[in-house]
Amino acid sequence: MIKSLDDLMQIKKQYSNLLALREHRSASGPRMNILVCGGTGCVSSDSDRVIKNLELILKARGFADDVKVIQTGCFGFCEQGPIVKIEPDNVFYVRVSPKDAKDIVDEHVAKGNKIERLLFEDPHKKERIYKQEDMDFYKKQVRVALRNCGVIDPENIYEALAAGAYEALGKVLTTMSRDEVIDIVKKSGLRGRGGGGFPTGLKWEITKKQEDEEKFIICNADEGDPGAFMDRSILEGNPHNVLEAMAIGGYAIGANKGIVYIRVEYPLAVSRLNTAIKQARDFGLLGKNIFGTDFSFDVTIKYGAGAFVCGEETSLINSCEGKRGEPNYKPPYPAEEGYWGHPTCVNNVETFANIPVIITKGPEWFASMGTEKSKGTKVFALAGKINNVGLVEVPMGITLREIIFDIGGGIPGGKGFKAVQTGGPSGGVLTQKELDTPIDYDSLLSVGSMMGSGGMIVMDEDDNMVNIAKFYLEFTMDEACGRCAAGRIGTKRMFEILEKITQGRATMADLDGLKQLAYLVKDSSLCGLCQTAPNPVISTMKHFWGEYLEFIKDIDHPQGEGKYIPKNKIGIKA
Amino acid sequence: MKSSKIEFPKELYDELGAFIDSLETTSGALIEILHRAQEIFGYLSRDVQLYIARKLGIPGAEVYGVVSFYSTFTTKPSGKHTISVCMGTACFVRGADKILEKFKERLGIESNETTEDGLFTIKDVRCIGACGLAPVVTVDGKVYGRVKEEDVDNIINEYRGKEANNIDKVLR
Amino acid sequence: MVDSKGNSELSTTISVKINDQELKVLEGITILEAAHEAGVKIPTLCHLDLHDFQMYNKTASCRVCMVELMDEKNNRNKLVPSCVTQVQDGMVVRTDTLRAISARRGAVELLLSNHPNECFTCPKNLECELQALAEELNVRKIRWEGERMDYPKDISSDAIVKDANKCIYCRRCETACNEIQTCGILSGIGRGFNSFVGPFANIPMVQSSCTYCGQCVQVCPTAALTEVYHTDKVWEALNDPDKHVVVQTAPAIRVALGELFGMEPGTIVTGKMVTALKRMGFDGVFDTDFGADLTVMEEASEFIYRLNNNKTLPILTNCCPAWVKFIEHQFPELIHVPSTCKSPHIMFGTIAKTYYAKNKGVDPDNIVVVSVMPCIAKIAEAKRPELTKDAHNNVDIVITTREFGAMIKEAGIEFDKLPDSEFDSPLGETTGASVIFGTDGGVIEAVMRTAHEWLTGKPLEKVEFEELRGLDGVRRATVKIGDREFNIGIASGLGNARMILEDIRDGKADYHAIEIMACPGGCVAGGGQPYHHGNNEIIKKRIDAIYEEDSRKRVRKSHENKEILELYKNYLGEPFGQLARELLHTHFEERERI
Ligand SMILES: Cc1cc2nc3c(=O)[nH]c(=O)nc-3n(C[C@H](O)[C@H](O)[C@H](O)COP(=O)(O)O)c2cc1C
Ligand code: SF4
Ligand code: SF4
Ligand code: SF4
Ligand code: SF4
Ligand code: SF4
Ligand code: SF4
Ligand code: SF4
Ligand code: SF4
Ligand code: FES
Ligand code: FES
Ligand code: FES
Repeated sequence: MIKSLDDLMQIKKQYSNLLALREHRSASGPRMNILVCGGTGCVSSDSDRVIKNLELILKARGFADDVKVIQTGCFGFCEQGPIVKIEPDNVFYVRVSPKDAKDIVDEHVAKGNKIERLLFEDPHKKERIYKQEDMDFYKKQVRVALRNCGVIDPENIYEALAAGAYEALGKVLTTMSRDEVIDIVKKSGLRGRGGGGFPTGLKWEITKKQEDEEKFIICNADEGDPGAFMDRSILEGNPHNVLEAMAIGGYAIGANKGIVYIRVEYPLAVSRLNTAIKQARDFGLLGKNIFGTDFSFDVTIKYGAGAFVCGEETSLINSCEGKRGEPNYKPPYPAEEGYWGHPTCVNNVETFANIPVIITKGPEWFASMGTEKSKGTKVFALAGKINNVGLVEVPMGITLREIIFDIGGGIPGGKGFKAVQTGGPSGGVLTQKELDTPIDYDSLLSVGSMMGSGGMIVMDEDDNMVNIAKFYLEFTMDEACGRCAAGRIGTKRMFEILEKITQGRATMADLDGLKQLAYLVKDSSLCGLCQTAPNPVISTMKHFWGEYLEFIKDIDHPQGEGKYIPKNKIGIKA
Repeated sequence: MKSSKIEFPKELYDELGAFIDSLETTSGALIEILHRAQEIFGYLSRDVQLYIARKLGIPGAEVYGVVSFYSTFTTKPSGKHTISVCMGTACFVRGADKILEKFKERLGIESNETTEDGLFTIKDVRCIGACGLAPVVTVDGKVYGRVKEEDVDNIINEYRGKEANNIDKVLR
Repeated sequence: MVDSKGNSELSTTISVKINDQELKVLEGITILEAAHEAGVKIPTLCHLDLHDFQMYNKTASCRVCMVELMDEKNNRNKLVPSCVTQVQDGMVVRTDTLRAISARRGAVELLLSNHPNECFTCPKNLECELQALAEELNVRKIRWEGERMDYPKDISSDAIVKDANKCIYCRRCETACNEIQTCGILSGIGRGFNSFVGPFANIPMVQSSCTYCGQCVQVCPTAALTEVYHTDKVWEALNDPDKHVVVQTAPAIRVALGELFGMEPGTIVTGKMVTALKRMGFDGVFDTDFGADLTVMEEASEFIYRLNNNKTLPILTNCCPAWVKFIEHQFPELIHVPSTCKSPHIMFGTIAKTYYAKNKGVDPDNIVVVSVMPCIAKIAEAKRPELTKDAHNNVDIVITTREFGAMIKEAGIEFDKLPDSEFDSPLGETTGASVIFGTDGGVIEAVMRTAHEWLTGKPLEKVEFEELRGLDGVRRATVKIGDREFNIGIASGLGNARMILEDIRDGKADYHAIEIMACPGGCVAGGGQPYHHGNNEIIKKRIDAIYEEDSRKRVRKSHENKEILELYKNYLGEPFGQLARELLHTHFEERERI
């Protein structure tokens, strides 16, 4: 039981040994740590069997006490998974299969030899690299929200405590007033990472101001954007970080109850979160009188059930109440009237993940990163036609070109870059013209896309943009809750026109109708889902009008009627 | 009510009942209860839905309204093996649509349908979070990454041949 | 007005500008309400505000009321739904910009693009809010066509037809059924384009616990929910030379029927109504009020019997079949509590086929009893097995006020030009007591008028029990009869009924008698009445008219109705006596709750 900040610091000291090898400090205990990624991506490619084999062989060879195998959260470089990292040697192995375990023990552990074939090969320079920090993928990254993912064992609270978990909470509860906490968050310039970019400190302040005995703080872990996986990785890799932040937020706004609303499709994150909650309760870090103060706080989990719209905060609250996940008209905002009618603050997982460091390192430190109006870093899930699929965390203001070509390693198969979709189904496409736009909330909006949750899907010269727009529309059509006429019928009609276009049955009048409809749906829908659903259409029409025209049957085509034949492949090569 | 009724044994209802009784409050717990019921029964039959409605003292329509809203809930029994093809964006741009088509063609069913022999159900799902392996297919929780059209037959045959399956990766 | 937190300090006025008009309005009202004050009309569809009956639909789902909020300085104009957006100080609203107009029209176009356009033959033709909007918004083409919903019509029940293809998903019915009536029959089903409203597992309505109160039908803007039509059957009977067709009209008809012919709500058209029926060829034109007086006799007797014999109290009135069905499904453990009286029109039907048949010398098999009712539940009630097993004591056909209006039109009768005439006799005399059955609180007031005089043996000085009147959904009054005090409860709307029933079930109620009416406001606002289209005032005017009709009556107490007294003397014997119990009382059944 931790009853004071001193108790916490003592435990931290006591267990600091655990992380010594990983921090390249000398210490007693095992001489080697083998970190194996236990993120969903790597587990899907058998990293758990890698662990099993490693442990068996280590035991057989008599290394069991000397070498410790640790299952961590995602390293981010999922494309290359399963990832295994040996510390203190700082050797990073990629695409490790269960049968490689033998060589790792017999060669690396026993003899100290690096296994050449498991090292990452730089695709351009064609040389093997063994240090994580030497890889282009990691060079420009700054890990704040992801800071302990891929470092600690998320199921071992001692490792989390050794890494500094709950220090910020202790500091807040024992030395700060609620207003001071809010002030720090405001000063940091942190904006919501769930998509809207609403200033977090301000949201906390508004919720704090409401007069009500009962308030709630909700962590939005619905992460419905298909192709985005940062929230999941944070919860899988460092769940205590989020719990700690929720408690800090609860203190600031005056809530004693927290809820994590999480997708049921994330079983691993769910189980780690459950473990973490239980541990935190056992240590007195959740529950009554935390750090011996009169602040009490506990967290429960609510499960989604497969509805994208439930990421929208009012739908989410309805869903938490066990109802159909239809959104409500705002105002009133959740901060005024939320869960069971009480003031409720809804924040995104990544937003929360930033809070503890902001407290410990100070708002100025946080605000020193990023651009004028978008501070700090942002995690992006880089996927699609890109060499280095994975999770990247970069300071705001970095350009698309840096992300795609430096970090992402460019487009596979020697193909040309065509476009990148940011903001998922609510966002728009950015093309080569925007490659040098610094990425932040406002600049993305100004070029017709949005930050969204941080999904970034890269398209190459083979992708047809009308098809891409249709794909997104099909998604939003399927996911629209149906409550409002504009969303329910509008998205369906848009999809139908897009289908007509891609089947070569459409005329210029259809294109015109699609445009009018797109603006109607944007204007008239009730919630963010369908208000933004037309964005992929509007932006592809703007950037790739020619591709639309190529499908149209009532205009002249040199290639023949209404047949889409990619005329010229648009795209640049790096 | 039309009945192609499969009666569930009373023990299953008792298990669900015990779960509901164990909850601190049932207010707001409908979705959680439905998840549990689906785990226990495999799907949410009318009788199960009515059982829940009565137990919670809420109208059946409310339960059904929720069941029919969320795509995780199913009111039909699924086949022995569920093939889920990820149609998330990352997988889509890497050709998941073609994989899905191939499965449909090979098994002669559409999404959310079950083959006549009761062996397979196809589902198109959204991002399971293994985007690094796109395109991704899972069968009963086992993940197949970087799937190519040619792999489809192999995957199907793997399950056609053997009855018992040793891989169970669903983490609960 | 009360704000979301329950504070009622809304006296602050603020300034807003609507289409260049500056106005001062109360803080907390919506743009829609403010625009109304400015004489600017904004169309609505999903919106519903029956404030006297606490029925509000605020789903903001149709998007037909969009207006533009101007913020030109920041280049951030946006569209908002005026029905739910509250005004704020300094707000600048335009309802007439191209963007707003085309959004409103666009919403209707989208709705129509997923709608079977069959207005000609649609039961809602010329009464349909969607159709009216298309005209009002000058919709001349539908820009986006595509797939339409395609669900089979649900004609399973005896009372309600559900045509999901015409559902515009405004959810008014859900609000009425779940929030006001607490029946919980309806829910949104599915998600996205194919969503519609229906019962559990979309089972046929007949299998659900629907009470057929028809409140959902009354508020549905389209023909997605309508009653089952029986006008053809009436014409058939009228044209069958072997049949002796008698008709009875419920008290609530006469204050609403005129609306179907362009008259002011609340116009009392009793005389014209009778003339119309006679011209249509009915062999006997009677008033359900007679049945109501009979009900009072029976119920007052049953009440006194229960009182004097220490039997179950409170007694619950049960002339509303929707309410009866409600208790059967929702509180089966309490079905011994209501009075066992048949409802007035069924009592009338029974008397028509026995006493009247004998008097007239007509074979009861050849008598057809038609009831014109404000009610949808009564269509199904007349088909309940225990009321039909003996063909000699029932009602054959029930039609609603609306159907009646349609028949008058069909018959080519110019209603407004009709002279007045009187109901036929015998069974034609009625009293003020029976008239007030048409509004909530009326039944119990009528019963009290009689019970009072029977218990005290003295005439009432003042017949009105003002304490039993009002618009509150639940009312409670203590009535002094002699030196005894009686606690009387009145609930209108099934949600209110539920509260009272829960109290009774939990032993927390000290009532002696309770009247329950399923429809908020009583039968004047019944599911079969002319559509009020969400206009609160129409219902209020009908209620006022009912009390006015009562006050005009010479005889205002049921037990002073001479023809009733004759009926007992010549045929029935004692009220609540053996024959009366046999013919005029019934029983209830426990039913499933789905
Ligand atoms: C259709 C839709 C889906 C959304 N999905 C998510 C989501 O998956 N995760 C999330 O954090 N926010 C999501 N949001 C945003 C939330 O409504 C809300 O703004 C956010 O959780 C607030 O947290 P933040 O201020 O920390 O960003 C979504 C919004 C919309 C309109
Ligand atoms: S893509 Fe990234 S987040 Fe997803 S599983 Fe792979 S490493 Fe983890
Ligand atoms: S905008 Fe779309 S998701 Fe939102 S309420 Fe309307 S239909 Fe539902
Ligand atoms: S519901 Fe209205 S719009 Fe639809 S067919 Fe009937 S009258 Fe026409
Ligand atoms: S309004 Fe038009 S469509 Fe309707 S009947 Fe007249 S001409 Fe025909
Ligand atoms: S008739 Fe009454 S009980 Fe039946 S669905 Fe309509 S509102 Fe509900
Ligand atoms: S049935 Fe009628 S009232 Fe109910 S949602 Fe549909 S259109 Fe609206
Ligand atoms: S209950 Fe309604 S319909 Fe029946 S007699 Fe009374 S007023 Fe008329
Ligand atoms: S209150 Fe009157 S109209 Fe309404 S259901 Fe009852 S009897 Fe019918
Ligand atoms: S899951 Fe292993 S690196 Fe991401
Ligand atoms: S898009 Fe398929 S796993 Fe994420
Ligand atoms: S009337 Fe306002 S949205 Fe329907």
